[in-house]
Amino acid sequence: MRTAEAFRMALEALRANRLRSALTMLGVIIGVSAVVVLVAVGTGAKNAVESEIAGLGSNIILVVPGRLGVGALPTQSRLDLADVAYVRRVVGDPSKVTVSVNSGETVRVGRREAFVTVVGTDENLPNIFDRPLRRGRHLGETDVDTRRRVAVLGSEVAQTLFGDVDPVGRQLTVSGARFRVVGVYETVGATFGVARDQEIHVPVTTAQRLLGVTRINGIAVGASGPDQIEPLQRRVVDALTERYPGERFSAVTQTQLLGTIGTVLGMLTGVLAAIAGISLLVGGVGVSNIMLVSVRERTREIGLRKALGARQRDVLAQFLIEAVLLTTIGGVIGILLGVGGSLLIAALSPVPAAVTWWSVALAFGVSAAVGVFFGVAPARRAGRLDPVIALRAE
Amino acid sequence: MTSSATSSAFEAVGLARSYRLEGVSVDALRGVDLRIEPGEFVAIVGPSGSGKSTLMHLLGCLDRPTSGSLRVNGVDVSTLSDTRLAELRNQAIGFVFQSFHLLARTSALDNVALPLVYRGMPRAERRRRAHQALESVGLGNRLGHRPSQMSGGEQQRVAIARALVGDPRVVLADEPTGNLDTRNGAEVMAILDRLNAERGVGIVLVTHDSEVAAHARRQIHVRDGLIEYDSGTADGATGRDEGRTGPVEAG
Repeated sequence: MRTAEAFRMALEALRANRLRSALTMLGVIIGVSAVVVLVAVGTGAKNAVESEIAGLGSNIILVVPGRLGVGALPTQSRLDLADVAYVRRVVGDPSKVTVSVNSGETVRVGRREAFVTVVGTDENLPNIFDRPLRRGRHLGETDVDTRRRVAVLGSEVAQTLFGDVDPVGRQLTVSGARFRVVGVYETVGATFGVARDQEIHVPVTTAQRLLGVTRINGIAVGASGPDQIEPLQRRVVDALTERYPGERFSAVTQTQLLGTIGTVLGMLTGVLAAIAGISLLVGGVGVSNIMLVSVRERTREIGLRKALGARQRDVLAQFLIEAVLLTTIGGVIGILLGVGGSLLIAALSPVPAAVTWWSVALAFGVSAAVGVFFGVAPARRAGRLDPVIALRAE
Repeated sequence: MTSSATSSAFEAVGLARSYRLEGVSVDALRGVDLRIEPGEFVAIVGPSGSGKSTLMHLLGCLDRPTSGSLRVNGVDVSTLSDTRLAELRNQAIGFVFQSFHLLARTSALDNVALPLVYRGMPRAERRRRAHQALESVGLGNRLGHRPSQMSGGEQQRVAIARALVGDPRVVLADEPTGNLDTRNGAEVMAILDRLNAERGVGIVLVTHDSEVAAHARRQIHVRDGLIEYDSGTADGATGRDEGRTGPVEAG
């Protein structure tokens, strides 16, 4: 029997039982589309987080007091500006070290107000982080030295407080103190749920006086190249530990963040894919079940075909191809639905679903394999039927 | 396959077949010696349970004997694998069944062409031959009809066309008129008569209807798994003539 003929026969048999074929495929369709969608969501989430981290800037080392990790207790910072100066000496290049003091505050302009994160920092911030300006200027050295009440606004803050009016040169009030806007940042998006467009940056010295503190929250160091990150990180942590014996300091780099988060999200994606894979497996069992019913129903047909000269392998091929067609057609429909669903999710929800070619290829391959695996037993049963008994079957 | 014009269509020696039914051995056929020459028109007659269907299944290579030997066109079938046996059925034998056994959702043309599918013949050629075969049974105007759109007589003629399409040397017909009324039955028998007379196709007919059996030139009566009576070949070569006392009407 020719292969083309076998496919034609199988298609005819599937068409003869349209509803049943469709319902059998449904299991595979759901399984495959679930694999494609869930992998797309998982991959999209991973891509998003990675691009957020990469969007911070390059070769950044963040230094914080205490242990950094999930579940670690928040540590009261004991670092102050003198320590920043100390780290600057350790690093060697003062322009590659910046600082932050954070506090949530309400900011007002006339009757408009917004709850924002006030970040006290200094003129070196743009040397380390990617914070392009839309208008005006960055904070300057003089702003920090003279505790000027000047502020650079995140794009969302600017929009909320000033609407379409250019905020540069205008005034706003933070905890009763007046500040003059000197610049507005470009939109940069969020990192780890930190909405960086909802920050306002003021000189660190001004922020400390405003908040009534001398502490700082953290130090950020920019390495000169990727290969400098690790040694520099160690040098800074060692130096701080030497200055404050018995205390812990943590430094985290983008690479480490990327690695950790990539692993976690990769596992998550794998788990999602595995769960979806189980539904694909269940779909395969459905195919096997229906093929067994089909072989039983068509016993007389099988007997007849054998009487007319069908060899065991002809009958086996016929039923195996039927099973594989069921799963691969289901697989293709499932992929189309999965890709469509992923695009829809990406377009309509904040989840940045990203379809990956490997999940599509895998889903198709697995559905074909499911057809072979679950089709073989019924097909063998059909192939081995005794023609005399099969012809007599009712 | 070394089929030659000189070898018998079927040559059985001591052919026996027993089944195990729930541990009990049942002898359906108990040692049959039989020779059928090419082009013969033979009726195998016997009551139900006599073993005539078993004999036909063995002759049609649908089943294998428990003991004894069978040569089809000079080939000992016990030496053939299942695959070769299927090929032998496809090439040398045409089947006609009591209940027609047509594929329900398939047109007459494709039903008739089915045996050729298993020869790997291209579709156009298959259809051409199937068309011819349907013409030869007077159904040239029913090519696209499905079995459900045809009368029983027409369905059985489609089945005969299917048996003929592969140019077999012999057609095995199992109660071909069993499901037909008298008129349609007569029509089907007329076609079988004509095939045998005009095209020299051998016909082996299994029936318990004496009127149908009378179409054959040779009568073989089977009872209790043995040949009880054989009228011999047309030229009267085979002996064992015990007179026509067999239970022709039985069953």
